[in-house]
Amino acid sequence: MVVQSAAEAITYPAVGAELDIEGVSHAFDIDGTTLPVLDNVSLSIAPGEFVALLGPSGCGKSTLLRLVAGLEKPRSGSLREDDARISGPHPSRVVVFQDPTLFPWRSVWDNVALGLEAQGILKAQRHRVDAVIELVGLSSFRNAYPHQLSGGMAQRVALARALVNDPKILVLDEPLGKLDSLTRIAMQAELVALWQRKGFTTLLVTHDVEEALVLANRVIVLSDRPARIKADIAVARPYPRHRGDPYLADLRKQILGLLGLEATW
Amino acid sequence: MSTYSVSDTAATAAPRAAVTFSNLSGSYGVGLAASLVWLAFGLSCLYWPDVGDWSRTSSLGIGAIVIAAFILFGTFSADYLGGAGQALRKRAPWLVAFGAFITLWEVATAKFAWLPLPFFPPPQSILEVYTDDLPKLLDSVFASIKLQLGGYIIGATVGFITGVSIGWSQKIGYWVHPVLRFIGPLPATAWLPIAFFTFPSSWSASTFLIALATGFPVTVLTWSGVASVSSAYYDVARTLGAKPSFLVLKVAIPAALPHVFVGLFMGLGSSFAVLVVAEMIGVKAGLGWYLQWAQGWAAYANMYAALIVMSLLCSGAITLLFKTRDRLLVWQKGVVKW
Ligand SMILES: Nc1ncnc2c1ncn2[C@@H]1O[C@H](COP(=O)(O)OP(=O)(O)OP(=O)(O)O)[C@@H](O)[C@H]1O
Ligand SMILES: [Mg+2]
Repeated sequence: MVVQSAAEAITYPAVGAELDIEGVSHAFDIDGTTLPVLDNVSLSIAPGEFVALLGPSGCGKSTLLRLVAGLEKPRSGSLREDDARISGPHPSRVVVFQDPTLFPWRSVWDNVALGLEAQGILKAQRHRVDAVIELVGLSSFRNAYPHQLSGGMAQRVALARALVNDPKILVLDEPLGKLDSLTRIAMQAELVALWQRKGFTTLLVTHDVEEALVLANRVIVLSDRPARIKADIAVARPYPRHRGDPYLADLRKQILGLLGLEATW
Repeated sequence: MSTYSVSDTAATAAPRAAVTFSNLSGSYGVGLAASLVWLAFGLSCLYWPDVGDWSRTSSLGIGAIVIAAFILFGTFSADYLGGAGQALRKRAPWLVAFGAFITLWEVATAKFAWLPLPFFPPPQSILEVYTDDLPKLLDSVFASIKLQLGGYIIGATVGFITGVSIGWSQKIGYWVHPVLRFIGPLPATAWLPIAFFTFPSSWSASTFLIALATGFPVTVLTWSGVASVSSAYYDVARTLGAKPSFLVLKVAIPAALPHVFVGLFMGLGSSFAVLVVAEMIGVKAGLGWYLQWAQGWAAYANMYAALIVMSLLCSGAITLLFKTRDRLLVWQKGVVKW
């Protein structure tokens, strides 16, 4: 029970917003047939919580994130940010997409500045751009163009482009997928530190069970398409976490079982 | 370099000497040849008598010998001349080829009349046009530039705005698209007869036609550029708080710019054609008119002189366009060099 109290001891700063997903179902029409993608997904995320979504490829994780971002409307159900219905994109919910999608005609600096520029506050806030580029370790590449970056560097720019907006909800779609394992571990630590300092609510999609367990308060396991919530697992361990922690190893075995991979372990 | 050991330096010394030597026989050699060819050109002008009556033969010969001296000087001091020296070295083979061609031309026309004379004027008679008919030629150049520039800028601007509008808004596209399909593919010159009597002046008619010839390709390519922008860019911008105006100005247009430049390039080509025809038929000024006028007087040297100027102008315009593109599209890799 010592474990439990450690988890409760974590207090969240007030920056993060609450995210409520209520009975959301979604489908796509492909060639006249309907492809159900999300099936009655309900999930409530407390302000400042770090939630990881795990699920098989193609089950609908990215689709759920698009709904959270407000880029698409669900076929049924509703999504709310702090009791306000999500009806469209808003810079308080920033997404780091699976693909970095940097603007090739903008330098690294200009890509990161995109959000501030779009909101018309860049002039007064230029130092924030410099600071966040420094944070992701790309200061010497600030004037480089995207085609001059490696895949991992491009993903770090995409992360910086999101962070510079000081979002209330940070939505991450496999943001570290293309990084080598060393950079990845460093970036995970960086992400946790940042989340703890800033206190934004985080929703992270990953296919790496270990990454989910090292980073998140809660791990949601989704079923095959159409995605339903298969399990909602609290990860009650303080940060910084250690990969060798037997508690996490236990959870990992359990989650891999839920994903149908128990034979491997 | 730092990986070389002491024993390697002895081995590399020999190849380096070989490189210097091949430099001497290679690029110095070509430069020397260029100088000799131009000297030959100059001497061929001065040595044989002309078969006709041309006043600039000796000036041309002396000019060619001066050029030969410059090439000689430039070749051997290329290392101290910086960029100009490098440029000369790079162009030396061309100087040889061009010098040989012009020598042959001189000999075949002015000296032995191997080519039928009035139709193939010698170099000195073209030089004579540039010196003696300069005011009229310059007037024509300025008239052409003025007409071309006005029509091109109007056409490019209207085409760009139309292209962005129909690429962005389906409602505008609904109305503009059929008109574009109906009128666009028609060669602008087909409008010539109508344009010349409906417009108040031949100048405004020509401007309209040049604008039309420019506008169509610019519109279509801008449109296809805007329409093909990946929706992922809009998604990113929208989640970061972008308003529609930002999406058009800062996402759609920059993403479509490579297409726009293809349209501008195509528009330039077709507008040159319209310019020349319009000047020949309607406008009583410009290089097209000069060509027509020279033909009327059977002044063949003037025609060649005007053609050379025209080609330099057109090529210069395209160079300018490509330079602008390279400036604006530095973010693209592997763009075509003009
Ligand atoms: N715009 C769309 N139109 C039609 N079908 C779509 C669209 N977007 C996604 N889908 C379908 O929805 C399903 C879920 O896609 P989604 O991108 O959400 O998967 P995912 O869980 O993120 O997978 P991965 O882990 O491979 O990224 C897929 O079968 C996909 O074909
Ligand atoms: Mg996905």
